Amino acid sequence: MLKTSTTDVVSEKKAATTQRHGFRLNAKDNYYASIFLGPSLLVLGLFVFYPMLKTLYISLFLTNTLGKTTVYVGLSNYAKLISSPDFISSMGVTLFYVAAVTVLTVGLGLLLANLASQKLPGIGIFRTLYSVTMGVSVSVAAIFWLFIFNPSTGFFALLSNALNLPVVNWLTNPTSAMWAVIITTVWMNLGFTFLILLGAIQSVPNTLYEAADVEGASPRFQFFNITIPMISPTLFFVSTITIIGSFKSFGLIDLITKGGPTNATNMLVYRIYKDAFYSGNYAKSSAEAIILTIIIAFFTLLQFKFLEKKVNY
Amino acid sequence: MELDERAVLKRVFNYMILILLAVVILAPFFIGIWTSFLPTMDIAKGNLFGTNVSLDNYVAAFTRTPILRYLANTVVIATITMFAQLLFCSMSAYAFVFLKFRFRKTFFTLLLITMMLPFEAEIIPNFATVKQMGLLDNYAALIIPFLTSAFGTFMLRQSFLQTPAELKEASDIEGLNHFQFYWHIVLPYNKISMITLGAYSFLGAWNQYLWPMLTTFSNNSRVIQNGLKQLQSEETFNDWGMIQASAAIIVIPTIIVLFIGQHYFKSGMNEGAVK
Repeated sequence: MLKTSTTDVVSEKKAATTQRHGFRLNAKDNYYASIFLGPSLLVLGLFVFYPMLKTLYISLFLTNTLGKTTVYVGLSNYAKLISSPDFISSMGVTLFYVAAVTVLTVGLGLLLANLASQKLPGIGIFRTLYSVTMGVSVSVAAIFWLFIFNPSTGFFALLSNALNLPVVNWLTNPTSAMWAVIITTVWMNLGFTFLILLGAIQSVPNTLYEAADVEGASPRFQFFNITIPMISPTLFFVSTITIIGSFKSFGLIDLITKGGPTNATNMLVYRIYKDAFYSGNYAKSSAEAIILTIIIAFFTLLQFKFLEKKVNY
Repeated sequence: MELDERAVLKRVFNYMILILLAVVILAPFFIGIWTSFLPTMDIAKGNLFGTNVSLDNYVAAFTRTPILRYLANTVVIATITMFAQLLFCSMSAYAFVFLKFRFRKTFFTLLLITMMLPFEAEIIPNFATVKQMGLLDNYAALIIPFLTSAFGTFMLRQSFLQTPAELKEASDIEGLNHFQFYWHIVLPYNKISMITLGAYSFLGAWNQYLWPMLTTFSNNSRVIQNGLKQLQSEETFNDWGMIQASAAIIVIPTIIVLFIGQHYFKSGMNEGAVK
């Protein structure tokens, strides 16, 4: 009681001294804050904080088929995961997918953005067309591409037939199934990445290119020595966004391969889902979920640190 | 003279590359939408250049499948989610920018932490929560967890921070309270960020896949993403024409919305991310 009253005095003093700078800590603001912030805090608490702690908690126990925790086992669920070849291969598959998707998305997005930043008549049409996949949801992308990959009636099959090439059954071969998911993901990501990178390229001051033109620098030289360094913050941003998004991939995998064939596309989130909702192994699933959280938190933090440095407000 | 010719050639070459890339990117659309007009028999025979073009697949999709119900479910859920996020995110962003309350720093740190936590990692407890609330297979299960968003709050905060201090001073002189200042000044002033967040939250809800798959199991509440999967697995490659038509029915409105909202998307993205 005494302690709170002293802090009140201190904060009031502080408020009095900082008032001049427009900073005032007062009871009225506390009241308003509870109204303005309350609803969001309630929802985030119930559906983000509580479940995260609960998942962490479950991951330290054994669970029965109803999901109730039974025996405290410390970190042994994690130890089991790390020593399980099944999980390791799943992590390998996930990392390969994330790396391939990120490199291709950012690389192709950069190529498109650079081409579409040219000042040509009618370039606006191409800008619109290149960003079109932004409007495609997972299920639509999956249907379009499933048809293309279909071995009997699909577009690739017809193309192979026409060219007298052997027809690949994309989704039954582990390697090509993985590429089928990668291609579809990259296609879906491309519109958004393109648009962001185009915006960045367009905001590079024109005078830099003009100066380079005077010096007789080739377009390739200008691209690597002006464009790339100038848009590097945005490149970093789209890369981390893509990395985070692909670690969380679920929909396309469920729709296209269901983690198969022989677990070739059984990535982290798909495992979390399967282990919990198919196998009823909630403890294992929770440990996997915590591993996912650590990965996502790491990349988000990286993003924050970088933003802090780059953005002034 | 020679230089001009080279410039023209270069320009032609540029256009060819631009067109080629556009064709590659749009090919899945063209193929999908083209086959949606073909009879399934022709598609099955690999006859993709038939002339039996018709709207039969669309009629079939609308009459033989619950696609309209799926669409209606999704539109209702996405619209409510959008308005709720606009309200609650802007309110919490307002608190972080204009109110000097106790533990503000702590709460803001918590908000940043929230942005690091993937929803996909929380499905087990969240499933238990909505089950306990009796909300399974109900619109509410797809709405309540997304009434607000840490990302949305953060994005609007960035935008609100740029509200000129003079506006606040002037409204203090006018004697506006926080509710009035929030509603009459801050929201209109940050209209573009609000529209951007609205588009994001609508599309976010529209694109939800894992969560609705876990929490809804009947056509009464099934959303379009899961509905399409349902159609596709029921029909199992038998009726490609109709499946493509369903996909087209869903993708065309989103693309139209996107083209209209593109400008806002870009500006909002730059605001929320990198200047």
